[in-house]
Amino acid sequence: MIEKALKGGRGYWTWVAILLAVIGLGVTAYARQMTLGLGVTGMGRDISWGVYIAQFTFLVGVAASAVMLVLPYYLHNQKAFSKIVIVGEFLAVSAALMCMLFILADMGRPDRVLNVLLHPSPHSMVFWDVLVLNGYLFLNLISGWAVLGAERKGVAPAPWVKWLIYLSIPWAFSIHTVTAFLFAGLPGRHLWLTAVLAPRFLASAFAAGTAILILLTFILKRVAKFDAGDEARTKLAVLGAYAGVANLFFLGTEFFTAFYSNVPAHMHSLQYLYFGLDGQGPLVPYMWFSLIAGIISVGILLSPPLRRKTGMLIAACIGLVVSIWIDKGVGLVIGGFNPTPFEAIVDYIPTFTEISVTLGIWAIGLLVLTMLLKVAITVKTQET
Amino acid sequence: MTMNQQRREFLKKAGLGALAGLGAAAGLFPAFALEKTDPSSFTQKPTPGKVRWGMLIDTRKCKQNCTECIVRCHHDHNVPDLSGTKNEVKWIWKSGYEEAFPTASQQFQTDEVKHRKVLTLCNHCAEAPCTRACPTEATFKRWDGIVSMDYHRCIGCRFCMAACPYGSRSFNWEDPRPHVRELTAAYPTRMRGVVEKCNFCSERLVKGDLPACVDSCPEKALIFGDLNDPNSEIRRMLAANQTMQRKPELGTLPSLFYII
Repeated sequence: MIEKALKGGRGYWTWVAILLAVIGLGVTAYARQMTLGLGVTGMGRDISWGVYIAQFTFLVGVAASAVMLVLPYYLHNQKAFSKIVIVGEFLAVSAALMCMLFILADMGRPDRVLNVLLHPSPHSMVFWDVLVLNGYLFLNLISGWAVLGAERKGVAPAPWVKWLIYLSIPWAFSIHTVTAFLFAGLPGRHLWLTAVLAPRFLASAFAAGTAILILLTFILKRVAKFDAGDEARTKLAVLGAYAGVANLFFLGTEFFTAFYSNVPAHMHSLQYLYFGLDGQGPLVPYMWFSLIAGIISVGILLSPPLRRKTGMLIAACIGLVVSIWIDKGVGLVIGGFNPTPFEAIVDYIPTFTEISVTLGIWAIGLLVLTMLLKVAITVKTQET
Repeated sequence: MTMNQQRREFLKKAGLGALAGLGAAAGLFPAFALEKTDPSSFTQKPTPGKVRWGMLIDTRKCKQNCTECIVRCHHDHNVPDLSGTKNEVKWIWKSGYEEAFPTASQQFQTDEVKHRKVLTLCNHCAEAPCTRACPTEATFKRWDGIVSMDYHRCIGCRFCMAACPYGSRSFNWEDPRPHVRELTAAYPTRMRGVVEKCNFCSERLVKGDLPACVDSCPEKALIFGDLNDPNSEIRRMLAANQTMQRKPELGTLPSLFYII
């Protein structure tokens, strides 16, 4: 089936060429990082994780959100999703792949990555994260590919595929729970040390993930004449809206607990992010933009007359993705490290090299997604 | 107990135990161990958990502008000099009282105490969050309570740094070797991409020597010994003085104590 990804119009190949160029930039930047060390990034002794781990965290959520299609379609027989359930699965594959690449990019000694498996340490959350992420990638790739292959031949998928799909549903929840546990179990980092982190991760993932899926359906409609249908979009918009409400609610509970209890350590990171601490708050405008964009977007998605307008729906989805990307992809990691264990505020600004590697990994993910979706849509449009 | 007896007791524990501990830490391939082991010491393997090395820092004695221990430690362990940069590597350094003890009572403290510089280094926690977070056992707890590092196994994921609530860990953001001022042959240099920190001078304990910082302190402000031995000097000092640990509320059980 993969050969179908090699046939396309000029638009398709232009897009692939652009992605390859960005990948080239990323590879060059990564070569520089490999030669000189992670010192070429903006990270340092105090802010020891940066944009790589932030992208990883955000993308685990995108990967997990495939369950927003798989669960209603396979467990509740929501036929509206029949055309795009494969889009969700392949989005999960590419997002999970990007997650792993971001982890690799962040490692000081990527040559020793197999030590995680050679010296398995169940007490470390990283060990579990490697297991669940790899498992999730293959569950979605195998089940998506098998269902698509069966569809191409006009036969029912093999019975074992169903079980892989059922397994992928709790697995989706597990990947983001374990990712939250990477952060939530560390003493002394109070922004992360909260039981609501895993539920909040899931809520923000399902909000941003469904928004990305809706945007993908619009892109596919435009560039591939493949329309998932308004019914599927509306259902996704409602799911995304409520996930967004849950996310905002969890954020509110964080604020209440920190500020009503008045415990300094619990307030510090939130103060740093939203109000500035000791006069330093470089992220304050971004966090407020994220909060306001999130509230407006969720409002639009909740209102039937507003979300029925295509322009409004697209704007709300972009708003929701940007909002959650800032919150999870910037605020969470940088806010977790500020203030430092010595109560200092340290700035972090990603370098050109770091941003190039990041763009390169996104481009690899988009290339894989493009090719997988090309195969999927070719199969799906040929049969009708 | 006289000072001499104390010293003899220390030598016995350090000499026998540390050797065997290192042997065990070397794992399957003792020949590749960083710190060469005398196999004969395996026959006298100590009971795990019997010894717990600890340190008591008397901040009243510590001279404010003295850096003997820092210079000596960083020299003896080939710690690169990247001070003042975001890539800084340090094993032992001085921090302000308020920064080192942010959760301790700060109100109505005298200015002298507030601004007193106190030594900070790895706490060698009994319940170390870093060893729990490490996905490869590259950082691990030895039988004698020392939180140790295997520079050859570390994958550089920096989870231990996020997990450490004391900021005690450093990552080699760049090749450290060009930044080592005066190379010491007695201890290995590191490569870029791995985490490092204070090792409580396990390489000196093997030989029955006190840690370099303790040894070099002109004021004798640092007391090193076995926290599990009720008769050790450090335990008697702990019993006789009001002491503090950093962030005790986190349950990490630091093996470093401070007299303020």
